[in-house]
Amino acid sequence: MSLNISTIVFAAAIMLFCWSCYRRFRLLLIGKAEDRFKDAGRRIWSVLYYAFGQRCTVSHGYRFGWNHLVLFWSFMILLVANTEFMLEGLFPNYISFSLLPSSIYHPLAVLIEIASVLALLAVCIAITRRLAFPPKYIEARSRDAFIILGLIALLMLAFFGLHASKIAQGNEEAASYMPVSEFLASTFLKNGSPGSLNGYSEAFWWLHAIVLLGFLNYLPFSKHMHILAGIPNVFFRSLTKVNTQPREEFKKGNTYGVGKIDQFTWKGLFDSYSCTECGRCSDNCPATETGKLLNPRLVIHDIKVNLLKNGPPNRKETELPLIGGGKEGSISEEVLWACTTCGACMEVCPVFIEHVPKIVDMRRNLVEMSAKVPDELLSLFENMEQRSNPWGIVPSERAKWAALADVKTFVAGETQYLFYVGCFGAYDARSRKVSIAISRILNSSGISWGILGKDELCCGDSLRRLGNEFVFDRMVMENSKIFKEKGIKKIITQCPHCYNTLKNDYRQYGMELEVIHHTEFINEMIRSGKLKLNGTNDRGNLVFHDSCYLGRYNGIYEAPRSVISSVTGRAPIEMDRHNDRSFCCGAGGGRMWMEEGTGKRINVERAEEALKKNPATICVCCPYCMTMFEDGLKGIKADVQVLDLAEIVSEALK
Amino acid sequence: MLIVTCVKQVPDTTQVKVDPVTGTLIREGVPFIINPFDTYALEESLRLKEKYGFNVAVISMGPPNTEVTLRKALSLGADEVILLSDRAFGGADTLATSLVLAEAIKKLGQTQEVAMVICGRQTIDGDTAQVGPGIATRLGYSQLTLVDHIENVDLKAKTIVVRRRLEGRHEIVQAPLPAMIAVLREINRPRYPIVPMRLFAQDAPVTLWNNKVMGLKEDTIGLKGSATQVRKIFSPQREKGEIIGDGIKYPEAAAGLLIQRLIEKNILCL
Ligand SMILES: Cc1cc2nc3c(=O)[nH]c(=O)nc-3n(C[C@H](O)[C@H](O)[C@H](O)COP(=O)(O)OP(=O)(O)OC[C@H]3O[C@@H](n4cnc5c(N)ncnc54)[C@H](O)[C@@H]3O)c2cc1C
Ligand code: SF4
Ligand code: SF4
Repeated sequence: MSLNISTIVFAAAIMLFCWSCYRRFRLLLIGKAEDRFKDAGRRIWSVLYYAFGQRCTVSHGYRFGWNHLVLFWSFMILLVANTEFMLEGLFPNYISFSLLPSSIYHPLAVLIEIASVLALLAVCIAITRRLAFPPKYIEARSRDAFIILGLIALLMLAFFGLHASKIAQGNEEAASYMPVSEFLASTFLKNGSPGSLNGYSEAFWWLHAIVLLGFLNYLPFSKHMHILAGIPNVFFRSLTKVNTQPREEFKKGNTYGVGKIDQFTWKGLFDSYSCTECGRCSDNCPATETGKLLNPRLVIHDIKVNLLKNGPPNRKETELPLIGGGKEGSISEEVLWACTTCGACMEVCPVFIEHVPKIVDMRRNLVEMSAKVPDELLSLFENMEQRSNPWGIVPSERAKWAALADVKTFVAGETQYLFYVGCFGAYDARSRKVSIAISRILNSSGISWGILGKDELCCGDSLRRLGNEFVFDRMVMENSKIFKEKGIKKIITQCPHCYNTLKNDYRQYGMELEVIHHTEFINEMIRSGKLKLNGTNDRGNLVFHDSCYLGRYNGIYEAPRSVISSVTGRAPIEMDRHNDRSFCCGAGGGRMWMEEGTGKRINVERAEEALKKNPATICVCCPYCMTMFEDGLKGIKADVQVLDLAEIVSEALK
Repeated sequence: MLIVTCVKQVPDTTQVKVDPVTGTLIREGVPFIINPFDTYALEESLRLKEKYGFNVAVISMGPPNTEVTLRKALSLGADEVILLSDRAFGGADTLATSLVLAEAIKKLGQTQEVAMVICGRQTIDGDTAQVGPGIATRLGYSQLTLVDHIENVDLKAKTIVVRRRLEGRHEIVQAPLPAMIAVLREINRPRYPIVPMRLFAQDAPVTLWNNKVMGLKEDTIGLKGSATQVRKIFSPQREKGEIIGDGIKYPEAAAGLLIQRLIEKNILCL
């Protein structure tokens, strides 16, 4: 009979599957080392919470995430059933659930039956969704997606067919625990002859076997590789927010950044295997959204394709360059420069893929190994290196704004807080007004504070995000020296980029600073009653814009909102995309200093979004956002004011 | 064959102020940079090197800290850098400067044939634009100033064709090599140094030629060899301007007033 054949077929298919998996996962070893095992307890918890709890798929208001949750759990149960099926195929007559005591077998039978129904339903919903309400990106409707969904549906149908014929044959002792199969048997197979029932049973068994083995062997070659890699990737995720990039060591003979696939770490490569191609990252990417070439999902996809192409050993030349090859598996320079490092992609990715560090790593390679950078950046880099500010303005002008405010210089051993003004706050005409407002607030709160004046240097944020790590490294050294010499421990910043850099990047250099953004500071002062407000200052419709480097990078969402409520007497109006789903202003990641030639301007897109709420005031907390909004509103609507939170508070002081 | 590039380290003049009392430059705390025009001269030399296989030597006369600028040249791809530094060279005007540079170029020519000397158009501190021509005259080289494009170099025939940018016109000039070429900013876009080269340049050799090596007569170099002596440096007084209208609150009205004033003064006409 079929027994011996089944052993051979199953053994061969399983071996083939293992071989494909081995061939794929072995490629990860070409990646560089990286420790992603530390803190195993928290990692296991992550897996339970995010993967098994499916927190990652149902989060962020993704309704169809629930469908995935159902499918996921049905799958988990069916994994048990199909393991049995495979063992049965390998060792016929030796292994079967029916050999278990009925107190275990019966509940199991019910469970599997329910899971199969749910899986079938979930697949139908998924297919309907793809046909009727297609997600934005085209690949959700790819052949790959339909093949997999079709295979799962077929598997379920074969499962029911098999069980129904067994029940009709009277070979299923737990028939009453299999309501659907029982129903099918009594409806369709009631009058089958023993011979034909046997034929059905065997046919369904083989259909089930072939679909299952086919599915198994299709997995490693399809986007559904995430079924294998997704959960481990959650285990290996970064346990802290991905708000910084790793340091580089500058030593002769080293290479910098990632220009070839084997220069990623193994985790960087593993990310590409875990991508579910759900497209959430690109749906939320300001670059993709406004028609730029960058699409974070494709960046990850290209890395995978490149790895599969260039990864296998004994390949002579890497014919497919990682950067600039102009075809699938190669990422163009334009794509890499289009990223604002807003972090929206990482925020929504269900399997914790880290897009931004990869993009920055490839930028590093372009800057540090081949000096291939957009022309605009050459002068930025020079200005930063020569004069420690983006415009190349004379450093002695850094303290000029202070003449218009009541400001003292930071004195070592005396002053407590450093107000780190930042390049915008010091040089930019509009942001200088914010610096003055902050000074007023600091004075009213009664703390001891001072500025560094013309000795202040740029923090280096743009350089780091743009991949000019060499100059960034030097700037950190210079700043650290000043902070140490002056005994500076507590820093209040105006700009979220300074905030994030001093707080999260400088830590890698042993600088443990208490860094406070002005929104946090003001909130604290209002709560503790140190800042006295003159009643409510109604500003009409006030729309609030979350800055990426405050919100997504550092989780500061509440402080500015609570300040606005205290000052204006009502909560700010939220834009459609807000909090962790906020939409970038377009200036982060060094984009501030580059031309935006392709597609719609990101700041215009965001300004229009704000205008939908009919605001009188748009409140920001970042000099970049300020510039981008003011610029974006130009020519659209002149009577909307863009104000920094500090300006609103300063005007409301007693 | 060799290209010699002349670069000068200059104080960042936008940050230099004149002491109103003593009438001298306040140099304290002012960072030194590579003379901006010379970065284009170096870039052009490096491009010619890539295209024709020249060697590039960079020379600079200046105080010992000029080494920083020369290391930068190394990080960009210069093959050899020479610092001409000696107390005796100090206080030189263009006459004395071009003498030392020309002698250094001659010395380099003893081991390798010099095809070109490339200079910047002028410096941002001295601003005379005389040193390049001075070198050409002393060495008897073709003198090609205000060059914004090198059209062709014919190594067999030993000729060069360049485009000079003059007021309102271009001039295509062919000249025999060796030639001195003084370049404009428009000629190219200087490259950015890659990190491995920066690290290499940090401790690569910088050759020092002082007057013991050069052996020049004391009365031809430095202050003594200079025909010009600086008598006084001062910032010209500027009359205080007038603020017209309120440009912050009413920019359009202010612009209107301004245009009206310009018309009144016959600077604009309708
Ligand atoms: C008013 C005035 C006062 C000065 N006072 C002093 C002083 O007190 N002390 C003092 O030391 N100098 C002083 N100088 C500087 C000195 O006279 C000139 O800077 C020097 O002779 C070079 O001329 P330049 O800067 O005009 O160069 P330019 O002729 O404008 O330079 C053209 C090109 O020649 C090359 N070149 C010029 N100089 C050098 C160099 N040193 N090494 C290599 N290449 C070079 C560069 O390629 C440059 O782009 C003064 C200059 C002026 C105009
Ligand atoms: S960080 Fe922002 S801009 Fe960059 S890829 Fe992600 S979503 Fe797009
Ligand atoms: S990278 Fe993450 S969010 Fe983007 S498609 Fe892949 S799994 Fe989805």
